[in-house]
Amino acid sequence: MLSKSQARTFFLGGTVVTFAILLGLSWNSLSNAVPKQTHEENLTEQVVRGKHLWESNNCMGCHTIFGEGAYYAPELTKVIDRRGEPFVKAVLTSKAPWAPNGRKMVAYGFSDNDADDLIAFFKWIGEVDLNGFPPEPDLKQ
Amino acid sequence: MKYKSQQVAYWFFALSMLLLALQIVYGFIMGFAHMGFDGLHEIFPFNTSRAVHTNLLVVWILSGFMGAAYYIIPEEAENELVNVKLAYIQLITLALVGVVAIVGYHFNYWEGRKFLEIPRPLDYLVVINVLTFLGLILATLYKGKKRTTTSLVLTMGLVFAALLYLPGMIWFDNQTMDSFFRWWVVHLWVEGVWELIMGGILAFLLIKITGVDREVIEKWLYVIVGLTFISGILGTGHHYYYIGVDKTWLIIGGIFSAMEPLAFLGMALFAVAMYRKGEKSIRIKLP
Ligand code: HEM
Repeated sequence: MLSKSQARTFFLGGTVVTFAILLGLSWNSLSNAVPKQTHEENLTEQVVRGKHLWESNNCMGCHTIFGEGAYYAPELTKVIDRRGEPFVKAVLTSKAPWAPNGRKMVAYGFSDNDADDLIAFFKWIGEVDLNGFPPEPDLKQ
Repeated sequence: MKYKSQQVAYWFFALSMLLLALQIVYGFIMGFAHMGFDGLHEIFPFNTSRAVHTNLLVVWILSGFMGAAYYIIPEEAENELVNVKLAYIQLITLALVGVVAIVGYHFNYWEGRKFLEIPRPLDYLVVINVLTFLGLILATLYKGKKRTTTSLVLTMGLVFAALLYLPGMIWFDNQTMDSFFRWWVVHLWVEGVWELIMGGILAFLLIKITGVDREVIEKWLYVIVGLTFISGILGTGHHYYYIGVDKTWLIIGGIFSAMEPLAFLGMALFAVAMYRKGEKSIRIKLP
């Protein structure tokens, strides 16, 4: 029968081994995959300002990006491809709550500059290689 | 109650229940918004309700864990808490930081990073608070007469939970990196170290309630937390499928996260099995 010290070895050994693998794989992903898949060279100051606005307004509290966030408002990873820049800019600068389908978005009324920063962020996000996310709509159906 | 200082646990539990009630209120606000009744949009926009709802969840669980530790550690270590006054101060400051964060969420003061919305300056206060808590627990354990497996697993869970908060505080310009380390906090908490804490609490209860030999219960505790870590640590990969990292994670995350339910199933079977074993040698005497 399993003894207590064997059980402890199982716990400690399993933890150390799997954590070491996590660290190794993470190191590999962050040093090799991330710079390539995210096109780090395109990460301009404007994109970073956009990310800051994305965070300081908690856009993720309603929307998703990379599929992460909340499920109240649309996925925004490829929003520039789907809607085009002028549309997105109109939403961001609108002084009245944007509510095309009845659900209200907070009326941020961003300045032109801020809206441009967010759009630069969305463009950068839209170019990240996400292993096929979001899937293309199946037009045959 | 064997030790007077265990009483602080009561107030942590009370705080925990209060926050749970408030969480559900905000849950309903969101539920109604989802159904199209968004009349309170000006005061409680969806992102506010959501941040409050999920953050309250985290704080009430942590408050519950802390209270449980203040109850269990003295009894296991056979020692009064080293400083009861400090434990109360820690409780009050925890509640205060929570209130400030939640009020802030109503005034666009936050960091929109799913589940980690607490703004950076408040993060530092959380760190100080948790260090105070850990200091009290570790000192009580250190000065105590006994160091049981149950108390060590519980303490290890609490220390790791605190350490794992830190990757979430690093600033990244790259959204992918941000997301990557955010899951170190969220996933490794929820599907990792929290099970150490819950396992420790469960073992303590089973020892008290069933009267089954401590050695037997603690042996299986090791097995359960072992299964949790072996599946849960690499199971983090299931958050990395589509965030801009390589496809290795699709395989690793898929396999290991499929194993994660085994640990939880194991925990349930463990509780039932020990209870049955205890029934045979009935010694149940509730306090
Ligand atoms: C009657 C009670 C509750 C209601 C009406 C409620 C409602 C909601 C709603 C509407 C969301 C929506 C999120 C979205 O669309 O983005 C949500 C998210 C969430 N709730 Fe609740 N909730 C309740 C209780 C709870 C409880 C008791 C817990 C945990 C102990 C909980 C944990 C969560 C979590 C973790 C999320 C975020 C899920 C995610 O995005 O991954 N909720 N809740």
